[in-house]
Amino acid sequence: MNQNTDEAVIRCEGVWKIFGKRSKEALEAINKNELTKEEVRDRFDCVVGVRDASFEVARGEIFCIMGLSGSGKSTLIRHINRLIEPTAGAIYIEGQNINELSQKDLRALRAEKIGMVFQNMALMPHRTVLENVAFSQEVRGHDVKERTANAMRAIEAVDLQGWESKYPDELSGGMQQRVGLARAIAADPAILLMDEPFSALDPLIRRQLQDQFMALSAEMHKTTLFITHDLDEAIRIGDRIAIMKDGVLVQIGTPEEIVMNPADEYVADFVAGISKLELVSAGKIMEPLDAYTQRRGPVDVENWPEAQPEHSLNDLVDLSIATQHPIVVKVDGKPKGIITKNALLRGIKGEADDSGQAA
Amino acid sequence: MAEEKTFNILDPFSSVDLGIADSADGIKQWAISNREVIQPIKSVLNDLIVGIDKGLNAVPPLVMLALLVLIAWQAAGRRTAILVGLCMFGLGFLSPHAWGLAMTTLAIVVSAVILCFFIGLPLGVLAGKNDTFDKSIRPVLDTMQTIPAFVYLVPVVMLVGIGNVSGVIVTIIFALPPLVRLTSLGIRGVNPSVVEAARAFGANPRQILFKVEIPLATPTILAGVNQTIMLSLSMVVIASMISVKGLGNEVLRAMGRLDAGKAIVGGLGIVILAIVLDRITQGMGQSGRDRGHRHWWQGGPVGLVLRLAGKNP
Repeated sequence: MNQNTDEAVIRCEGVWKIFGKRSKEALEAINKNELTKEEVRDRFDCVVGVRDASFEVARGEIFCIMGLSGSGKSTLIRHINRLIEPTAGAIYIEGQNINELSQKDLRALRAEKIGMVFQNMALMPHRTVLENVAFSQEVRGHDVKERTANAMRAIEAVDLQGWESKYPDELSGGMQQRVGLARAIAADPAILLMDEPFSALDPLIRRQLQDQFMALSAEMHKTTLFITHDLDEAIRIGDRIAIMKDGVLVQIGTPEEIVMNPADEYVADFVAGISKLELVSAGKIMEPLDAYTQRRGPVDVENWPEAQPEHSLNDLVDLSIATQHPIVVKVDGKPKGIITKNALLRGIKGEADDSGQAA
Repeated sequence: MAEEKTFNILDPFSSVDLGIADSADGIKQWAISNREVIQPIKSVLNDLIVGIDKGLNAVPPLVMLALLVLIAWQAAGRRTAILVGLCMFGLGFLSPHAWGLAMTTLAIVVSAVILCFFIGLPLGVLAGKNDTFDKSIRPVLDTMQTIPAFVYLVPVVMLVGIGNVSGVIVTIIFALPPLVRLTSLGIRGVNPSVVEAARAFGANPRQILFKVEIPLATPTILAGVNQTIMLSLSMVVIASMISVKGLGNEVLRAMGRLDAGKAIVGGLGIVILAIVLDRITQGMGQSGRDRGHRHWWQGGPVGLVLRLAGKNP
């Protein structure tokens, strides 16, 4: 089943979720004549949670879904392990349509294939850290020795050794969420669902946990669906990002694509405040050498600082500070493009440079 | 419809007789004719009550007292243990018969509470999970709590006969509701996100109930058990009207003879029993961690013994 690594591990096809008693009617009406959220609410007393969401997550990829509260992102993530049943559409986990699973198979899938981390931790207050972490294996009926060993491994992975016999309320918020993470990875699932895991933490702890999560993630290569309302976090963590608004996935792309080419006003507003320093590479803002020489005549690039196309703006700033000259971008030792100080500043501001627009 | 009175639109009630009292009397007849069916259940219940009664009375009073003090110490800590000890000494010295009568009453209360627990807990869980069931059982519980005991005393006696078993049954009717209500409340009060997490990690409904919901609802459920015990004790005098022995019977007999002194002995005995049982069960409701230790076996006499045996850190 896992042979085909190209196959998407998570695949959502046209997932709709409408809450309310008359959801089926409402869906039909929406399909017939485009109703807005408010019309559906007034006519059918239903709330549209997710609107025709389709996306794929490849093996080992971290896919972030970013949206404000009420945008339906938490609803969407709960479809992946069928905590919520879709009104329409299908969800495939490793090619298996999970809406066709029996309750028993579904429980096996949840316990063995999918680990989930919750915004409010949702640890069991009457169980110790170890018992919390071992929960998914306990309900599968694994023997105590095996599940304790696995749970201890997960606890060590999040640096909580020594705390395993404490109760959740004896731990700080950050530590509690590490327990949540340990619980999610204890059964070594293929998929991690992270529902705003770090949102309830203060900024410093959040940063620490993001770093710890990214280190863990680089090591474990788990397919991850990561929900957040914080675009900075999505950009830091995600390989790809989906922006969600009113239940619709507005744009899906790499962080760079989203920041440089926002699909609409809404996304543009979001990315306006995002620092481009680490996101945008030299290749994106450089002026091709030919264009530059046409404009300025032949130049001697001998003493100019050199950079590669994949260097970030941050690196370019460091180079640029040390010299008066523009930066020359070289591929395989040959100059390909020039970045003037103006172009660099415009790049930092997020504006494409003039020659780029002309071309 | 009674014909002898003329129908008055402003006072329709006095001229119409639906015959509810007569048809309800049919229940009595039905009860008498169905006595045989109830006999096997009755004998099982009787064995239970008599067994507990004999057991409690067979233990020498001082040993029993020490046992209760140890239980109180384990369940609720040292201060409660001292209180329980003093109370039980007071009970013993009330009158030469008081101890034996108290043990008989305790046996009735314990049997009623055990049965309440087995009936009330499932009902409460069901009510906590199912809104329709909760709504439909609520008026029944209201009725059980408010209807005067004398109303169902007669049908129960007709059905079961006088004695301990009917005493326990009338006690259950009155004492069951708080356990059902508080169990339902406890189950409903469990943090839904913890239940969701249990679901997300593959627990089945049974596991969610026994590993998450009931443990988290335990303090509330124990508050229900506490209330059930208190209400059971308050039924002791009424139960003695259908020939249940014990402290209640003392009060009833004293009342018949206008013997205030004897009534006080019986009444105080009931109050002392109530205080002792209340403090012990309230202690169980608090988790050991509220009292500064992690597991129940680390505190109280068990903890002491384990420490002396060198098995506790």
